[in-house]
Amino acid sequence: MSDPMRIRAQTQGSGAIVRVLMSHEMETGQRKDAAGKVIPAWHITEVSATLNGKAVLSAQWGTAIAKNPFTQFTVKGAKAGDKIGITWVDNRGDRRTDEVTVA
Amino acid sequence: MTSSARAGAHVSALAAALIAAALPAAATAQTSTADGIAQYRALLADGNPAELWEARGEALWQQRRGPKNAALDACDLGRGPGVVKGAFVALPRWFADTQRVQDLESRLLTCLQTLQGFDAAAIAATPFGKGEQLDLEALVAYVASESRGLKFELPQAHPAERQMFEVGKRVFFFRGGPYDFACASCHSEAGKRIRLQDLPNLTTNPGDGVGFAAWPAYRVSSGELWGMQRRLNDCYRQQRFPYPGYGSDATIALGVYMGVQARGAASIAPSIKR
Repeated sequence: MSDPMRIRAQTQGSGAIVRVLMSHEMETGQRKDAAGKVIPAWHITEVSATLNGKAVLSAQWGTAIAKNPFTQFTVKGAKAGDKIGITWVDNRGDRRTDEVTVA
Repeated sequence: MTSSARAGAHVSALAAALIAAALPAAATAQTSTADGIAQYRALLADGNPAELWEARGEALWQQRRGPKNAALDACDLGRGPGVVKGAFVALPRWFADTQRVQDLESRLLTCLQTLQGFDAAAIAATPFGKGEQLDLEALVAYVASESRGLKFELPQAHPAERQMFEVGKRVFFFRGGPYDFACASCHSEAGKRIRLQDLPNLTTNPGDGVGFAAWPAYRVSSGELWGMQRRLNDCYRQQRFPYPGYGSDATIALGVYMGVQARGAASIAPSIKR
């Protein structure tokens, strides 16, 4: 099972700034292990964000994203108390959703 | 601005340019490189993945685990059973129950064995980043994070603590291996670097959040969290010198030496490193 994300959402001006830290191996599929066998690719392919259940961001990710990735974005119109949800899906079909309240 | 003031400013700017030209070019290049790395670290610090280890460690601290199915909330890190806050900045220290000076990692091993029933020797022999070592890294990150911003205040009241300081000093200056290297070869002068990394001078207090006060840290290059034991292991590898062993007295003595020198420096651990 994957570890929870660390999400912080703070109001800023007329919106909110959201910072997300995800726990993921982000294996590119280009490395080999000690025995010379290719380590299969295992990385996040899709990231989406919601504001009170409504989609506000959707991104396609690939192998160029770092291990344990950090991402930050602003949501216009988000107010304190609103719910921000983040979901990632990886190429093995695993997914994780975490939610945070805007402070 | 009057024309004379402007002329004055122009002259002083010219003088500054001449002084800059007189400085060795290497020194200026070194400063800008170090600045560049500092800038890179500042950008990363906002999303330091060490937070993921801190969160996992906090959960592990409370979780009932091991053959004895117990939590670690009775673990005494030097400030009393279960007290985590401020424990990290007073380690390594003397523990009466084990009759040893212990650092964070070796003390956690004691708790894992006595409270939870794990085999401490087996964990110490496990390669870094594998098995129970992964959980130990998380616990190390959590305990260190609970002392963030506090100043190091290692005790030196017990004779064994003073002895460990002296031993640590000897180990620090001990030259050996095929390269005839000591810790002091790299860490006894200010303004030195290895490739693009600044090397802190560990024979004095290197300052807040530098050297001993910056570890454990998340290593971006390996995507792992390194405690002081792993940091020292890599120092020894770079010296081409055999590692004295996980939680060994030699590595703890080094911790006492560096920690006592760092007294008064604020901890930023777990920090982020290239």
